[in-house]
Amino acid sequence: MTVDAAGGGSESGTPVGRRVVLGMLGLGALGVVAGKGIQGGIDTALAPLQRLDPTGLGSLIPGDYFRIYTVTSGYPYESDANYRLTVDGMVDKPLTLQLSDLQAMPPTSMVRTFQCVTGWQVPNVHWTGVKLSDLLAEASVAKGATALRFESFDGLYTESLTLDQAARPDIIVAYSMLGGPVSREHGGPVRLYVAPMYGYKSIKWLSRISVVDRVEPGYWEDNGYAVDGWIGHSNGYGS
Amino acid sequence: MATVPKSSEVTPAGGTSGARIERFDAVERAVHWTTAFLFAVLILTGAALYLQPVAAIVGRRYLVEQIHVYCGIALPLPVLAALSGSWGRGIRADLKRFNRWTGADRAWLRATAQSRPVRLKKREAVALGKFNAGQKLNAAWTAGGGLVMLGTGLIMRFYQPWPLSWRTGATFVHDWLAAAIVAVAVGHIGMALRHPEALDSMRSGLVSRQWAAANAPRWLEDVAPSEPVQPTS
Repeated sequence: MTVDAAGGGSESGTPVGRRVVLGMLGLGALGVVAGKGIQGGIDTALAPLQRLDPTGLGSLIPGDYFRIYTVTSGYPYESDANYRLTVDGMVDKPLTLQLSDLQAMPPTSMVRTFQCVTGWQVPNVHWTGVKLSDLLAEASVAKGATALRFESFDGLYTESLTLDQAARPDIIVAYSMLGGPVSREHGGPVRLYVAPMYGYKSIKWLSRISVVDRVEPGYWEDNGYAVDGWIGHSNGYGS
Repeated sequence: MATVPKSSEVTPAGGTSGARIERFDAVERAVHWTTAFLFAVLILTGAALYLQPVAAIVGRRYLVEQIHVYCGIALPLPVLAALSGSWGRGIRADLKRFNRWTGADRAWLRATAQSRPVRLKKREAVALGKFNAGQKLNAAWTAGGGLVMLGTGLIMRFYQPWPLSWRTGATFVHDWLAAAIVAVAVGHIGMALRHPEALDSMRSGLVSRQWAAANAPRWLEDVAPSEPVQPTS
């Protein structure tokens, strides 16, 4: 004598569980395809509420804001006064610049969407800094150089650009973002901002720019990300 | 189709209540706790990836990301391993029970909207099987939510084939669903703590006959219709 494993006739009925699962899969797929627009609408709707939010708990609500990345333990710190940026390698005139030196150079400002390769984005981010090409001109790049290697004072993170890429006017050594000095968690006092590429190219806590004769893949690039991280059309692959 | 001799689910045990009844077999309990462990790691590493104050303390983004990704990929494996062999008889039977909804389940669920005395009275009047509608919903939610989290996580991790707007959409789904899943998991743990015997059955596998009579009378009829316990066939 046996009974049905599901408990015989007493447990027969409508397969609601399966419908719920399939419905969630459908909603999930819809969310992937349409989520960008939906999140934009939610941000617009919540913006006035979050401005009034005295608790800060509003930041727990998912939305289009910065996810703070650090590859070492915690955030490295350097004071504005002690900060130094070195430009060296294949240059005729190596530079060691203080924050005030950078701020004394002709500024470039732009407002752009910050785009992470994994998908999150922050619209309308305001940036100010010095064109990377201006710094390189000041240091006078030597013949035979083709690329740049960037180092962070976190001691671990590195990045790369070709000299051709570095000539673009929308790549800056930034000391201001979001309407104020670059904060510690965003990579202050000084970080790179590579507007046409994914966020991982915009190295934080920038301390050294070396002019070199070949591209050395940076931190995330060693872990599989594209060396040429053009937003959109490279789809993450080099293009 | 797995069929279970009635008496094989009856496990004699001591105590004044007479026999205790097996609610979850060892495979099901192992699946539950390995999944729960993976889930806890996913929540903790997810917090370290997502919440700025936690990220500030933990850092080490690459390592945390690797743990999160591999635990995420591993999340369905305990269930799949349990379903893949003859040892999965119990979990297969319970999945069928989770799937099928009876009129009693609907009546039980409708009572949710009522005031507490009315709700308790209405729920007492319906004879449920092994799981109530809340447990069935939780099971479907966990399965569907887990699959959607896995899919959106894979889009973010293996991002190359997908359009950028899909990756943004996957982030949107993963963020909001994670918040909802954590809320439901907190509710799940809260329910377990308020129902110690149900919680204990996920540890020992066993419930008392009284518990089964009060919470799952039709299941009790099926697996152990009467005392004394029949000898095993």
